Amino acid sequence: MAKRVGMEVAVAVAEAVGQCDIDMAAVYPITPQSHIAEHLSDLVADGKIDAEFVTVESEHSAMSAVIGASGTGARVYTATSSQGLMLMHELLPIASGMRLPIVMGIANRAVSGPLNILNDHSDIMPQRDSGWISIFVENGQEAVDVSIQAFKIAEHKDVNLPVCVNIDGFQLTHMVEPLEFPDQELVDKFLPPRVPYATLHPSKPVTMGAFAMSDYFTEMQKAKDEALINSKKVILEVWDEWAKMFGRAYKPVETYKADDAEILMLTMGSMGETAEMAIDALRAKGVSVGLIKLRLWRPFPFEEIKAVLKAAKKLIVTDRAVSFGGPGGPVFSEIKSALYSEARRPAIYNYIIGLGGRDVTVKDFIGMVEKVIPCSAEKTVDTYEYWGVRES
Amino acid sequence: MAKRIGLATWQEITTGCVVFDPGSASEYHTGSWRAQRPIWDNAKCIKCGICYVFCPEGCVQQSEDGFFKANLDYCKGCGICAHECWPRAITIVEEK
Repeated sequence: MAKRVGMEVAVAVAEAVGQCDIDMAAVYPITPQSHIAEHLSDLVADGKIDAEFVTVESEHSAMSAVIGASGTGARVYTATSSQGLMLMHELLPIASGMRLPIVMGIANRAVSGPLNILNDHSDIMPQRDSGWISIFVENGQEAVDVSIQAFKIAEHKDVNLPVCVNIDGFQLTHMVEPLEFPDQELVDKFLPPRVPYATLHPSKPVTMGAFAMSDYFTEMQKAKDEALINSKKVILEVWDEWAKMFGRAYKPVETYKADDAEILMLTMGSMGETAEMAIDALRAKGVSVGLIKLRLWRPFPFEEIKAVLKAAKKLIVTDRAVSFGGPGGPVFSEIKSALYSEARRPAIYNYIIGLGGRDVTVKDFIGMVEKVIPCSAEKTVDTYEYWGVRES
Repeated sequence: MAKRIGLATWQEITTGCVVFDPGSASEYHTGSWRAQRPIWDNAKCIKCGICYVFCPEGCVQQSEDGFFKANLDYCKGCGICAHECWPRAITIVEEK
């Protein structure tokens, strides 16, 4: 049985990546991801892992470097946050288009402006359509586990897609948590060496990232879309295997006291555990309320979301990012799309919360639920509100 | 693979569109973009080869008789050859 240790989550993510027999990493430091870069470079410099750590001058170069290295068949890792992710943006669809199984940790942080270094989801949301598998974690243990699982998912022969692991900046990255690292022997068994579908090698030249015009581009996009949609099957298999080997189960959509709930609340990322406390407090007062925690952002788990929303009368969707001038938060839009074709669907309310590191407390979640209790579920109105915004 | 470009279905294309056979670019006839084409007047041509040197596509070729012509499978009709040609032996005409 693996031993529990107290460790800062960002450092723990680097440790977990260090257990994955990576060949190469290129990470440019940026708050609040820097401790991943620092600790991973320490592991390489101290000879604890046999890998190349390429020091690059920007995140654009970091992503470019891991794309090239991944093309040679190497197992690669990078990590970033906020502005760094925005700088990588150009290369993200190239990595997925070339079907390279890169793993990236994202310490989610608000995007400027104004300049802000604290947590929200405005960095990952503009990358939504880049063709990456995107998973959110809720606590340090999940950050460790998913960082390892991500390689297995990405490199699966039916997937061959990059994976990003969303780890809320500060709220998770800078917490010291009791963590269990899987035994190295078991990780080696779980994660065999990568078998690339093609490699850049002079002995057998190939072209990666070739040019394609209108006659060919549509087919390529369709193939990438199908690969991403079908990756869910592999993700579920990998999570099953993880549960059997390490005893911790993962699902695309997690629930908490949701089975019989009339009102459901949905969170994504680190806020889930705070919301659970609010659910407990409300249940104690007799409110029929439950929680949905969305773990898999891409591919979006449509079936699982529909299944958990079957019986609910009201649904509160929380978003930690804004789609300016849009129909509501990005998560809200997706949930609404999922429900459009359903004959029976809950009234749905959207609250924008926790922007730029603003605390979201148990009291806030209770407040959101209490606000929708008197609303008539028969009369569906579009609710799109900045929770707790100062107004005069 | 190279021979199937433009014809392959989405299921048939290789993962990540990796091209395993070398030389596929030569099979991809990109000249279909062209709206104009160069015409050589060999009476004016001095066989200096500057059109060959300046062609950004590398599609201007010298024939056995020493004169030049563009391979229209790849020529984009950019007109650089005509611009550079000092005896003004090349004119650019509209594609019909």
